[in-house]
Amino acid sequence: MSTLALSSARLPQRFLPVVATFAVFVVTFGAGSVRYENFASGQVVANLFVDNSFLIVLAVGMTFVILTGGIDLSVGAVAALSTMIAAATLNAGWPPLLSIITVLGSGATLGLLMGLVIHHFEVQPFIVTLAGMFLARGLCFLISVESVSITEPSFREFAAGAITLPGDITLTYSVVIALAVVLAALYVLHLTRFGRTVYAVGGSESSARLMGLATSRAKVGVYVVSGFCSALGGLLFSLYMLSGYGLHAVGMELDVIAAVVIGGTLLAGGTGYVVGSVVGVLVLGTVQSLISFEGTLSSWWTKIVIGVLLLAFIILQRLIVRRQT
Amino acid sequence: MTRGRLLWPLIALVALIVLNVAVEPSFVELRLQDGHLFGSMIDILRNGAPTLLIAVGMTLVIATRGIDLSVGAVAAIAGAIACTYISGGGDAVTAVLLALSVCILLGLWNGFLVSVLGIQPIIATLVLMTAGRGGAMLLTEGQIVTVKDPLYRQIGSGFLLLPIAILISLAVLAAVALITRRTALGMLIEAVGINPKAGELAGVRSRTIVWTVYVFAGLCAGVAGLMISSNVNAADANSAGLWIEMDAILAVVIGGTSLAGGRYSLAGTMLGALVIQTLTTTVYTIGVPTDVTLVFKAVVVIVVCLLQSPRTARMLRARRKTAVSTPRSQEVAAG
Repeated sequence: MSTLALSSARLPQRFLPVVATFAVFVVTFGAGSVRYENFASGQVVANLFVDNSFLIVLAVGMTFVILTGGIDLSVGAVAALSTMIAAATLNAGWPPLLSIITVLGSGATLGLLMGLVIHHFEVQPFIVTLAGMFLARGLCFLISVESVSITEPSFREFAAGAITLPGDITLTYSVVIALAVVLAALYVLHLTRFGRTVYAVGGSESSARLMGLATSRAKVGVYVVSGFCSALGGLLFSLYMLSGYGLHAVGMELDVIAAVVIGGTLLAGGTGYVVGSVVGVLVLGTVQSLISFEGTLSSWWTKIVIGVLLLAFIILQRLIVRRQT
Repeated sequence: MTRGRLLWPLIALVALIVLNVAVEPSFVELRLQDGHLFGSMIDILRNGAPTLLIAVGMTLVIATRGIDLSVGAVAAIAGAIACTYISGGGDAVTAVLLALSVCILLGLWNGFLVSVLGIQPIIATLVLMTAGRGGAMLLTEGQIVTVKDPLYRQIGSGFLLLPIAILISLAVLAAVALITRRTALGMLIEAVGINPKAGELAGVRSRTIVWTVYVFAGLCAGVAGLMISSNVNAADANSAGLWIEMDAILAVVIGGTSLAGGRYSLAGTMLGALVIQTLTTTVYTIGVPTDVTLVFKAVVVIVVCLLQSPRTARMLRARRKTAVSTPRSQEVAAG
């Protein structure tokens, strides 16, 4: 709490939630390194990225949606559908590049359709993306009800590939892709007209429209971004699991929303940073590592701790919003 | 106006039943055996009972412009508590009371977050949805707890001519209909859904009403959870009530209750729950893999939402205006 008070004195208030998230990350990680001997190693930090690269990509997409004040419940299901499409097309003998383009294209298309329904028919994002979730999961099972393993050699090779950093720290290519997505999102959100419109729509849609901004393009666009990110996240997940399965990533939408909220993005829209969401994912990853290091704790504690963290950050958000108004 | 809203779900239900009869002519047959009614229709009613019960609670929550995503987790917790208690040597009545008290507490918790702290309902209940199932898993220690208690068994698979589960659901539905439609409560709930601040100014205790509907939703979820676990004589914290919140919301929406709050139809919810359960059964009958049901549900949600959307209403109104000059009151009703 002292970190909080100190930083609020110097930093603009809009950075406060991100700083709070970073403080939580430092505290949880610090607790781990005090308690366990090998916790504070470079490889443990690297593994946070390796094991959660797909979650980072999904969280980036969700940040766009939540910034406009919307929500996307379909991300986990779309990711599962992507693993399924990738597995099915690769096993059918498609060249990997074509398969990847198909996956990304279908994710973006699904996002576009949901965005169009949300914007043009004025249906709540929650219910449309819920339908999208049902649809994507159902389509997975339409392809196959069983788990399909990926046997394509160059895909497997890429999945097994590793980059060695100084100090014998190994990273997978997925991490590089995830970080590239984060950089691209930073560019789009802060240096393009689309990004500024996204923030403006979240702040006040009617004001943004009166200012002559392309609000409809931004509102539909964020769901395309989210659909694309879900598909890409699904691809990274299929690299991680080397299989496609309709029950992959069940409940992942909740983890993603939790990461974004913990990362300081206001659910009301308009305030938040992609970097915050990345730190949010790292917090969730650290909680998971702590629980697996502890060994005796049931993995179900992860869910409970995530729930408690989510709650704490929502209440923090309420306090911030209340102070502003 | 209400009759018009019920027309579409009713047509959908009849169409589904006709489809089933076409594939399996014995579908509508009922037979009486040992004083119990049997048949596919009865199975639909029994399997749909938990969804119907949760949907009744959800209807009131949605009428106040809220949503409760935690009902599936609460159902899992109720089953876990009751079964753990019974398998530890406790009696069924205490187990049920214990489970339901915890569900009321969980409802109080959701209601507190929404009505006192003013957190968005989707997110407030998301917390319990995430953490609740974890809690249920801890209670059952990750195992499926099986019980053999003849009394507890009755809740889910007992018969009193009709399955007891469906009798409970219908009784709750009737009670809620009576209480909210014979007193001003229903109107107050709708007033909160339309505009909580205006309601407050008009002397409606918005906070108390919102809080109460979440407690009621929690209680309904608890009873549904007991039905589910009693039906299989086991508490499976991992899969009991999984996706049931989605089915319940779907039932409410199909029934014509707007997600924007302010207006609800309990009869519609009942029809909606029946449509969903019949749809699920139809998919089995046709021989499509179970999980593909999700595609059908998705199509239903999208179609219903598009039919209900403001834009469709505007288009219909525009067409009606040009075709026949309708009285003004009907125009307002269509919107």
